[in-house]
Formats: sequence, structure tokens, C-alpha cells
Amino acid sequence: MLKHYDISGTDFSVAGEASSNFKVVLKKLGISPDIVRRVSIAMYEAEINTVVHGGGGECDAEVLDGCVKIVFKDDGPGIENVELAMQEGYSTASDTVRELGFGAGMGLPNIKKYTDDMKIETQVGVGTKITLIVNL
Amino acid sequence: MKVSELAAALDLKYVSGAQAQDREISGCYIGDLLSWVMGRALGGNVWITIMSNINIVAVASLTEAACVLLAENVVPDENVIKKAEMQDVIILSSGKTAYELAVKLYDITK
Repeated sequence: MLKHYDISGTDFSVAGEASSNFKVVLKKLGISPDIVRRVSIAMYEAEINTVVHGGGGECDAEVLDGCVKIVFKDDGPGIENVELAMQEGYSTASDTVRELGFGAGMGLPNIKKYTDDMKIETQVGVGTKITLIVNL
Repeated sequence: MKVSELAAALDLKYVSGAQAQDREISGCYIGDLLSWVMGRALGGNVWITIMSNINIVAVASLTEAACVLLAENVVPDENVIKKAEMQDVIILSSGKTAYELAVKLYDITK
């Protein structure tokens, strides 16, 4: 079961649609509420990052044997210093983004907190791919 | 306690989701930074905030907060209300500050 989502990089009003949609899918599959909540939070953060930092991109979300796997890909500017980006409170978000309530520097830390595994592949000037795994 | 009882006790106005007012509440979270709320609010919480943009709907829905309680007469745009209705997100509003609301909520649920 694979769901594919295109993530708009300009329209903040639809940010979170993929996460909301996939949450409904997981619920329908009878996945436990705790897992659904963890996946939803991690996926939302990654989706917002794709909008805010990646300038949009795409997402593949699937339920496999034993885990939920979600991959976000963008052709954005890439992350210069992943270690720094992983620190709570560190953010490179613009003022406009902050006014919307984002940019608290909690995105990647939240993803790490709510997943069992996360992998970031990024190259400055090329883009970022982040893979999230939540075990069932 | 149900959202409807909370609304009555604190004299709150329904902005959206009145049809879901039977939802049970448990606990409260206060915050305006969405990622912060996303990572910390618990299912069933009353989420008190002054943030009223469209993204509060996704945060409330994904964290399974019982309702969003907008403090200090903050009014969301029409498109926020529409989206909240679509996703069954209850938004309530009050003229009181977040602190005043939290104190009252504590009083009636302790």
C-alpha cells in the first residue's frame, strides 16, 4: 500500500494535507492510535519542512510488514549543517514563516523523537531526502 | 468533561465544529509555536492559543486535541473556519487571556 503526494512549495494553506490524508489511511487500516499519532506528527513536520525549506517536493508513504515508511524529497537548497539543524531551537526559517507559527526549530527534533529511525540525505544546492521509519 | 460543558462553563463561543461538542476533554496545552504544540500537545487536550492561521487546523487534527480555544478575541479567517468544519475541528473563542482561561479550566476540572 503506497500513497504518493505532491507537496506544493508555495501554498501554506494546504501544508499538512498529505499528513492528514495519510492519517486517515492509517486509521482505516486499523493501525494503533499511538502509532498513528507518532507517524502523523513526524510526517507533518517533514511535510512542513518540505514546504518551508525545500520549496515543495514529493512524498511516498507506505505501510510495510512491520513498519510505516515515509520518504520526502525536494530539490531545495539542501541542509548546510545537519548536526546544527537537529538541535532544538535552531532554525533558518524566514520571518514570514515564523509569523505563521513555524520556525521554532523543532521540526527535525520532533521527527527524531517520534520515529524509530530517520535518515537525512542532503546536498547543498541539490536537495534533501528524508526517510522516516515508525515500527508497527 | 465534554467540550459542550467547557463552553457553557467558560462562556465560550463556537467558531467551528459545534456538531462535535460531545467530544471529551482531558488536560490542556498552551502555545503558539505550531511545532512546539505539535510535539507536545496530547490527544484530548484543550489547546489554548492566539495563533489563528490555517495551519492550526492541521495541528489540532493531527494531535487530536479536543478543541482549539482562541484567547483574547482572536478571530480566524473564513477559510480557516471552512477547513476546520471539514476536518471536524472544534474552534472556540473567548475574550479572556490564555492565563485566565487556563485558571478557569483548572478550577472546573480539578
